[in-house]
Amino acid sequence: MPGSPSRSRVPRWLPQALAIGLAIGPAAELALRFSLEGFGADPIEAGMHRTGESGLRLLLLSLTVTPLRRLFGWSALAPLRRTLGLAAFVYACLHLLTWAALEHALDGAAILEDVTERPYVMAGLGAFALLSPLALTSTRRWMKRLGPRWVRLHRLVYLAAILAVVHHFWLVKADYGPPLVHAAWLAALLGARIPWWLRSRRG
Amino acid sequence: MSRSRIRESEVTDEAVYLRRRELLRLGAGAALGLGLGGCPAADEAGARSSDTTDGTERPPEIEGFREAPPAYRVEDEQTRHADATGYNNFYEFGTDKRDPARHAHRLRTEPWSVVIDGEVGRPGRVPLETLLAPHALEERIYRLRCVEAWSMVLPWIGFPLADLLKRFEPTSKARFVAFETLLDPEQMPGQRRNVLDWPYREGLRIDEAMHPLTILAVGLYGRRLPNQNGAPLRLVVPWKYGFKSIKSIVRISLSEQQPLTSWHQQAPDEYGFYANVNPQVDHPRWSQARERRLGEFFKRPTAPFNGYADEVASLYEGMDLRRFF
Repeated sequence: MPGSPSRSRVPRWLPQALAIGLAIGPAAELALRFSLEGFGADPIEAGMHRTGESGLRLLLLSLTVTPLRRLFGWSALAPLRRTLGLAAFVYACLHLLTWAALEHALDGAAILEDVTERPYVMAGLGAFALLSPLALTSTRRWMKRLGPRWVRLHRLVYLAAILAVVHHFWLVKADYGPPLVHAAWLAALLGARIPWWLRSRRG
Repeated sequence: MSRSRIRESEVTDEAVYLRRRELLRLGAGAALGLGLGGCPAADEAGARSSDTTDGTERPPEIEGFREAPPAYRVEDEQTRHADATGYNNFYEFGTDKRDPARHAHRLRTEPWSVVIDGEVGRPGRVPLETLLAPHALEERIYRLRCVEAWSMVLPWIGFPLADLLKRFEPTSKARFVAFETLLDPEQMPGQRRNVLDWPYREGLRIDEAMHPLTILAVGLYGRRLPNQNGAPLRLVVPWKYGFKSIKSIVRISLSEQQPLTSWHQQAPDEYGFYANVNPQVDHPRWSQARERRLGEFFKRPTAPFNGYADEVASLYEGMDLRRFF
């Protein structure tokens, strides 16, 4: 790979260890908090927020890998994209499960009402629906089987990230600080790609 | 501290609360700027009269209050002390539920005075002690339903707002009562960000304010109010969503016009002036049909007027509660 001077200096296991640490961190923190402080006043809310927030942040982190790699030539980071993306999907699954099984106690009518009447729920489900095929096709075998179509399919991740940020934005009561940070982060990631996309079109 | 000891102490509400504070203080406490939600006077003077056996502080006990008649004491199980004092919406100290417990130690509740003005015969600024002096305190156990669909059951200590208002002789033009929370970003770091248009404002129609269920509270669980619960003086209106029950009050104004209220101003489609608990009228972004009673796992149905319909429904006779939500 061109422009990867750091490759030889960074131990191969380090980036993946970092990614795994980032992936496990939020779950470990929540588990630690529950075991030290008890489940607290509203563990379902805490779990739902933490899994949702972690999923979104890991998704944004996975999208941050490529710009870092290109800007600084840190090609050792490349494998992190999949690890972080899959971790984001795992948190999204936990988030969805907490919402359906704990928040709504698997009450079909309540779930249906939430989905049909609340745009933020729809946006969240949309993000999850887009991420699912990406997680399923994240293996090397699927990459080979789909060839160039794999790249096109995996561009859905941008739409999923936009929906996830919108999902967060729409559910906030008054403090728009955190969703704004996520929106700015995503905007920067998308903005960084514009010149590359333009160049690849011309080329 | 071993895990099993913590688990064991969960059986006892106070113990878990005290241990947790201790634990946090020993651990990340310093870094997080954690403080004790307790008595600020004791904090400053180092006179820890309200210390408990394990060295943590609680607000001082209130002497000589009586139990309110059964009509004012719901029989539901009371919320754990740790939840009532550690899970709060008090945006003046931050928007996370745990922020108020972390930051409310900055609030100085002594000295404290309240301005009473507008349509009253005897306006003025009154020191808190003078304001409270004539009132007999009683403990009432009320349900509290947050607009976010969770609820608590809390033993407040206070007195009817009506008794206080009458002392200041409302004029015939007094149709509404407006309340204001302290504005001081030094003591209330949440006010450094414009999450809401500070100071926090709330209001009631005069008949709501005069209703015997409406109280001003100065205590909780037999002690003075912890700062994060709205010390030294807060409103409690049990049939309305929690945001109506304004905390740390510095001004009470009677007026002819309906006052502007903070959440209504922030999002008029989402938060009405009345804000009566109503399972039939959803918040635009979530259902109000059910609520999570803190301490219970699954949600339970929400009752109209938070279970106080027999007492207050007549106040709204003939009103379209979908329109005046």
